Amino acid sequence: MTDGRLYPEEPAGSFPTPPATVADREGRSIELRTIDGGDADDREALVEMYVRFDPTDRAQGIPPTGEDRVRDWIETIAPEGIHVVAVHEGEVAGHATLVPESDDPEAIEEPAGITWELAIFVLAAYQQAGIGTHLLEHLLGHAEGLGVERVWLTVERWNAPAIGLYESVGFERCGTESFEQEMAIRLA
Amino acid sequence: MNVLLGIAGSDEGIEALEKTVERTLEAGDDLTVAVVDKPEAERSQEATVERAEVVLAEADLEATVRTLEGDPGSSLVDFAEHGGFDRLVIGGGTESPMGKIRLGPIAEFVLLNATTTVTLVR
Repeated sequence: MTDGRLYPEEPAGSFPTPPATVADREGRSIELRTIDGGDADDREALVEMYVRFDPTDRAQGIPPTGEDRVRDWIETIAPEGIHVVAVHEGEVAGHATLVPESDDPEAIEEPAGITWELAIFVLAAYQQAGIGTHLLEHLLGHAEGLGVERVWLTVERWNAPAIGLYESVGFERCGTESFEQEMAIRLA
Repeated sequence: MNVLLGIAGSDEGIEALEKTVERTLEAGDDLTVAVVDKPEAERSQEATVERAEVVLAEADLEATVRTLEGDPGSSLVDFAEHGGFDRLVIGGGTESPMGKIRLGPIAEFVLLNATTTVTLVR
């Protein structure tokens, strides 16, 4: 899947890094922080968020529904992933993550050498409040610090609000002739 | 039922074939396998035909395997319409590292253009 994907030539601007505390548009205090996908408690916090996720907000089959399938999915993607969560009053309200496009542990040790797939999910009660933008920016800032250079994602082509959000942080549309719009950003 | 399975030279196609073979045996359907012409596929049309024939032989299922020339989606839809098929079956997409389902351009063309019922195999 790496083949042929075109990344912007110029790196995107600089991004803020977690931890940080921001106010969302509803005036709620939102803490942005990293979590460790290798830590069982941190993964459990993600499972708790995703079992509460509204299935109508799913995209391209993820997150899966039902606690067992959510847990399987998190156990698959989280350990090698890079994660930033938005926390409100101790509760995970949103999650932005990068997953390596490689199964090779040595390749993952060199983040600049491989590409990373991005996904972001925000619980319904916290949508439309600017949290997605904060999550994306802090995830990209954190990833840049870890040496990640190339990030891509797919989004349903008709999902204009999501495409607009990705473009606002510097993603550019790249080649696709299918239901999914592929987008890419260069961090360095 | 007269079923047409369309595959390209990918693992997704072989998985779709294996599941369709199971279903065909259960339902007692008639199956035809069409291997489309997708130059960028992992396997050539000839290699895919051979692989399909092995899968069918192992399942002891008699089915016609043929190749289609030209644009994959268009040739498949055309053959399904003119070959008297009740159902067109194709692979249901691949998964990204994140687990997102991705449908390729062949699937999109088939879904938007086929006049037969279409089944996506997952």
